[in-house]
Amino acid sequence: MKSENQPSPNDKEVNQFLTFELAGDSYAVEILKVQEIRGWEPVRKIPNTPGFIKGALNLRGTIVPVLDLRERFGLENVEYTPVTVVIVLSINNNDHPMVLGVIADTVSDVLDLNLADIKPAPNFGVNIDTRYMRGIYVAKQGMIMLLDVDKLLDVDDLTKIESLL
Amino acid sequence: MSIDMAQFHQVFFEESFEGLDIMESGLLNLSPGEPDSEAINSIFRAAHSIKGGSGTFGFTEISDFTHVMETLMDEMRDGRRQITQAAVNLLLGSVDCLREMLFAVKEGQAIDAERVAEHKHALDLEQQKSGSSQQDKSLSAHEPLSNQAHQSDSKVIGWHIAFSPHTDLLKTGNDPVRMFRELSVLGELEVTADFRGVPDFYQLDPEECHLSWNLVLKGDIDRAPIDEAFAWVEDDCDLAIQPLYQADDLSLLVPGAENQVSANRAQHPAAEHVVQAGVSKPAEISTPVVIKEKAPGDEAKNKGSTSIRVDTSKIDTLINMVGELVITQSMLSLIGEHFDMSKQDQLKNGLAQLERHTRELQESVMNIRMMPINSVFSRFSRLVHDLSNKLGKKIDLKLIGEHTEVDKTVVELISDPLVHLVRNSLDHGIEMPDERVAVGKPETGTVTLEAYHRGGNIVIEVSDDGKGLDKDRLRAKAIEKGLLDEDAILTDKQTFELIFMPGFSTAEQLTDISGRGVGMDVVRRNIQALGGNIEIISELGKGSTISIHLPLTLAILDGQSIAVGDETYIVPLGSIIESLHIKEERINRVADKGETFLLRSEYLPIIRMHEIFKVPNVKTTKLSEGLLVVVEGQGVRCGLFVDDLLGQQQVVIKSLEANYRRIEGVSGATILGDGSVALILDIPGLVRLANQ
Repeated sequence: MKSENQPSPNDKEVNQFLTFELAGDSYAVEILKVQEIRGWEPVRKIPNTPGFIKGALNLRGTIVPVLDLRERFGLENVEYTPVTVVIVLSINNNDHPMVLGVIADTVSDVLDLNLADIKPAPNFGVNIDTRYMRGIYVAKQGMIMLLDVDKLLDVDDLTKIESLL
Repeated sequence: MSIDMAQFHQVFFEESFEGLDIMESGLLNLSPGEPDSEAINSIFRAAHSIKGGSGTFGFTEISDFTHVMETLMDEMRDGRRQITQAAVNLLLGSVDCLREMLFAVKEGQAIDAERVAEHKHALDLEQQKSGSSQQDKSLSAHEPLSNQAHQSDSKVIGWHIAFSPHTDLLKTGNDPVRMFRELSVLGELEVTADFRGVPDFYQLDPEECHLSWNLVLKGDIDRAPIDEAFAWVEDDCDLAIQPLYQADDLSLLVPGAENQVSANRAQHPAAEHVVQAGVSKPAEISTPVVIKEKAPGDEAKNKGSTSIRVDTSKIDTLINMVGELVITQSMLSLIGEHFDMSKQDQLKNGLAQLERHTRELQESVMNIRMMPINSVFSRFSRLVHDLSNKLGKKIDLKLIGEHTEVDKTVVELISDPLVHLVRNSLDHGIEMPDERVAVGKPETGTVTLEAYHRGGNIVIEVSDDGKGLDKDRLRAKAIEKGLLDEDAILTDKQTFELIFMPGFSTAEQLTDISGRGVGMDVVRRNIQALGGNIEIISELGKGSTISIHLPLTLAILDGQSIAVGDETYIVPLGSIIESLHIKEERINRVADKGETFLLRSEYLPIIRMHEIFKVPNVKTTKLSEGLLVVVEGQGVRCGLFVDDLLGQQQVVIKSLEANYRRIEGVSGATILGDGSVALILDIPGLVRLANQ
């Protein structure tokens, strides 16, 4: 599983990534997975789900679950502000396309990254599971953690976590 | 330039399967002996389009096979061949075979060549029986075989053509002499005229044709050009074209001996030899009813088509509506541009118009998903035809209201439960013919399938005039199986409902048609899953009627919104019995766990919505200050404790599973007028959740 996430060294391909911030750290997701970015608006709670699932959002008639990445990663919770954004991602969950929203502090930039420059993720300990990391990119302003959204938002996985709670 | 034909495959398959359905229902409507030209024509047309389509797409096996069927039907159409039950059954079998072939091609699998060959062979045999094959039975069974064997063993050296024009042939501008001249170009032609039909000189009308001819055309000639020569007169004559083989003695073909030809041939030494060779494979002429092994439902199940055929008029209505909507929108934006209070009335009118158009638009869009229930019903003629043969019963199927329109999803999902109910009626309901006669009923039983609209529901009824349900036996059986207490008092309705209990089957012996354990309980569960219910009325000796009530559409629901804390939920209106405030003294607490309340001498459990869904900020947690909504789901009643009732509205059901997963106690979500999401409660799920 892990070896799949590591880029092969002869990968010269350049991909675009959307970077965003969570508690002062930079994260990035592949831009092709991003469907749209919208401002935070109250969502409808879904009963009996883990706390990081904030609820369901009406995305032009489609019901989309919204996740708080801070809570997901065990970071400190903050009040949502006018700059809080919801990044709507179209992911692939076991060959089943899904749309999910993730809450981030702010969206920063779009970066062109050479896939070969992506370093494998080190072990962070308990809070951030490296299974969800595609790797790390070192930019001038600091480290950017690249998320593998298909794995990060794997709903079956979330359900498993929920059953442990 | 090459065109990628694959892009049209989907359409071809859809049309072909549709064509097969037409052929099937047409064949079932054919009654032996009475050629109904319109019915045969429609079957023929369907076959012809399948042949044409498959030829175009290069599915040669299919076009070849269809060609054989088509030829046979062509002869029936022209009245050259009598319509016999055997032939109809054979064609039905071939339709099945064709459907399998199409399915195989569609799925990219190999065609079962053996099965196809078997059918084709049977068709060839049938075709070679001469038009009015009223000959001796044994002869007609052997004779075609010899022909068949001939065709593969020896070379065609010519053709014998019996041509007897109708009297008005000449008036249509056709000249036999010209046709003969055309034939003579193909090979050596011998023409013998038969004068026997010519009337007395004084009665003779010189413009009528009373002659008939026997032609022998020798040479290595294909049949096609011969057919072509007669193409213009096909409908105005009796024509029989038969191949001649090396072994055939041409002297047999004397004028007037035509109807003895086949008999003579069978006695011919050379032919006899071939007959014996052919007899070693008698299985190939087994009856077509046996060839059909698969249940007709099998293919139907796999047919979950994803596209929908819509009446053009429905689309036109839709386009009109959208046009109106655009006009209203531009009117409103004009008002909005320079708005002042003087335009308030205009604005109100505009908004009212907008509302009307939106509602109409919604209705016509929903209408697109509606399709006639006929697409389900039409399958049953075949089922009844096959099953009644198998059971040895005489059964008529009556379809009423087959043009009633239902949501596409309902049509797809109702099929299996209906098959089950109809099978039950055929197997257990209708008695054997002699039993029926003994009790003074007509020998032929009737099973009726009826569909109609009532209120916002569609009702589908399956009724039979069979023996009906025996209440005492049902009761005894339920007690025996431990499903019922011996001293239980049941109304008639409750007694009949026993058959919906799991593990209940009164069938004395299990047949492969019904009574296999998975029974009416599954049917009921399927129907309930569609949001409907099922009822049974029966009278011993007179028959039973099973009615299924289903919502017209599965996409829209009448809902009651309720408030719990800051949350809004939707309760399906159909499951609400009443809402009430309760007094403290009517509440019972059982060991600090469950709470029940007394409602008209019945204790109902209370489900506190704020607890079960962990909702904060509720108005009150005191039962006497809130509101109880009494709901019923799958036969269980309970009271939901909520803050308030908000309002009733129609809601569009959205899936929560599409992007997330199923949540226990929630059947889906919807979007409220203010754009926010509300969850729709699933009452049986809530009860399960509360019991955990």
